[in-house]
Amino acid sequence: MTISNSSIQQGKKTRNKLNEIMQETFALTWRLFIQLIRRPSTLFAGILQPLIWLLLFAALFSKAPIEFLPGNSSYGEFLGAGLIVFTAFSGALNAGLPVMFDREFGFLNRLLVAPLGSRSSIVISSVIYITTISLLQSLAIMATSALLGYGWPSFGGFLVIVITLLLLVFAVTALSLGLAFVLPGHIELIAIIFIANLPVLFGSTALAPISFMPGWLGWIASINPLTFAIEPIRMSYKNSFDLKSVLIHAPYGEVDGYSCLAILFILTVGLFFLIRPLLNRKLA
Amino acid sequence: MFFIQLKDLSKSYGSVKALDGLNLKVPKGTLYGLLGPNGAGKSTALRIICTLLNPDSGQVHVAGHNALIEQKQTRAKLGYVAQEVAIDKILTGRELLQLQGDLYHLNKNYKNKRIDELILRLGMNDWIDRRCGSFSGGMKRRLDLASGLLHEPELLILDEPTVGLDIESRSVIWELLKELRNSQTTILLSSHYLEEVDELADEMAIIDNGKVIANGTPDDLKKQLGGDRVTLRVREFSDELEAESVKKLIKNIHGVSNVVVNKKQGYSLNFLVRSNEIISNLSDYLSKENFEVFALSHSRPSLDDVYLQATGKTLMDAELELAGKRDFKLENKQSMR
Repeated sequence: MTISNSSIQQGKKTRNKLNEIMQETFALTWRLFIQLIRRPSTLFAGILQPLIWLLLFAALFSKAPIEFLPGNSSYGEFLGAGLIVFTAFSGALNAGLPVMFDREFGFLNRLLVAPLGSRSSIVISSVIYITTISLLQSLAIMATSALLGYGWPSFGGFLVIVITLLLLVFAVTALSLGLAFVLPGHIELIAIIFIANLPVLFGSTALAPISFMPGWLGWIASINPLTFAIEPIRMSYKNSFDLKSVLIHAPYGEVDGYSCLAILFILTVGLFFLIRPLLNRKLA
Repeated sequence: MFFIQLKDLSKSYGSVKALDGLNLKVPKGTLYGLLGPNGAGKSTALRIICTLLNPDSGQVHVAGHNALIEQKQTRAKLGYVAQEVAIDKILTGRELLQLQGDLYHLNKNYKNKRIDELILRLGMNDWIDRRCGSFSGGMKRRLDLASGLLHEPELLILDEPTVGLDIESRSVIWELLKELRNSQTTILLSSHYLEEVDELADEMAIIDNGKVIANGTPDDLKKQLGGDRVTLRVREFSDELEAESVKKLIKNIHGVSNVVVNKKQGYSLNFLVRSNEIISNLSDYLSKENFEVFALSHSRPSLDDVYLQATGKTLMDAELELAGKRDFKLENKQSMR
């Protein structure tokens, strides 16, 4: 073979910038999925953990008086929405890990030396990957919960669930990616994930309604982003769902379904704007 | 016009000066070697050329682009093979090359054609479809070289390309680099192996403490030392008196310099000669004075001699000295983005 050194001629390369970005983003996303297929344990762990919660917690509180819970639902039905959100949340919280490992092992340098159409491709591929996984995991929880007899949403309800989960996953992914570029190593990132995970769950309406909580915890739960995702999903499981109805009776006032989604949307956009300068600096 | 031009490049990590006003000019189509001990600033300079790192001050021109501003254009022109091979363990070798091809936006047919060519050229056929996690250092390095060459860059940058490699991998890489040099590819490689630079480089620079302290072709640098080294014995074991009288004779020959009597080697004489003619006439000259030549060896000066001359210490000593000062944890952190 002779290695010719003529500059890359026409026909060898993708030409316009959008195609470049699509090509590199697809390749980077595909890499993450190959990793997942060959090392599926994280995917299964992400499904298994909430499933165990669902089984054990639903059993633990199965004798709780039904009239205490809003809408006269069983505890299993009540818990389902919380665990769907929790699954998506912990999945997205891990979004930064692959990026952190790429930083640590120098693989990121391989990407940064390449003439990428846009370095956002690195972030976009992570977002696509994590979103897909989180949605898959959440769907698995929904399916199991349906098999346990806790119901399945209508088509409209399903749509609301997907939109809500997408907003939450985007927001948490942004946060996690931001952390992956700020923290010195994966140990620190895992520590934060560990610390954040359960308190955020307990400080939300996933396991109990605000009316069950002491005042201070009620305050925390009613400003917890997870709550704004849990309540629209909980409502979507009901036959008569209406986004205009009040979903959260917070100490500061009443929040309806549209407001929940709007808050999640603002949170997502806000977080992406917040980490943007950071990514620009790290990926410049 | 030079293909790479670095002007007054400085870079500090905290209080450590990695580069201290480095100047370098690499002509197009040459294989240029940067020689220096580990920690002299070679990797930092290469990382700056690759746009991975910004200097504190100075100018960087690569392939007609200002590398500090036109970063994307610069990146498209170069292939970089880093010292620490960063390979995704889960992917197979072929998948990694395909990913690399997509990062450089090669179209599918061309990409696959190039991958097949390089697999063949670098002898990777038997293992390329295995996962990278199972590769030896030599395999990883070959794969990394293939990914650096995939888009047929005009400039190939290699940071210590054969450190710790098996002999087979080293010779495969050396052969390929020689082949590339014969085409029009400009190659810049760093090494702390004297023989590597000597064997491969058309031109070279010695880097010490973040500065270029000598540069030229390896031959020129050696010639500047004043000639070949000669070791002469007039008898198996001379005495001091005899050695000193021969010394006086030899000193008078035009073109001979630095004559010393080496007591530890049985009073042999070491000196530098400017031309081979002196050596061929030496026997006749000495026999006229009733001396015989018992043993005569002559060697070209090595790059180690060049290094010694330029820095006052051998490369090995410099390496040991710097090894104690380096903070690898800190360096690793600095290379993290």
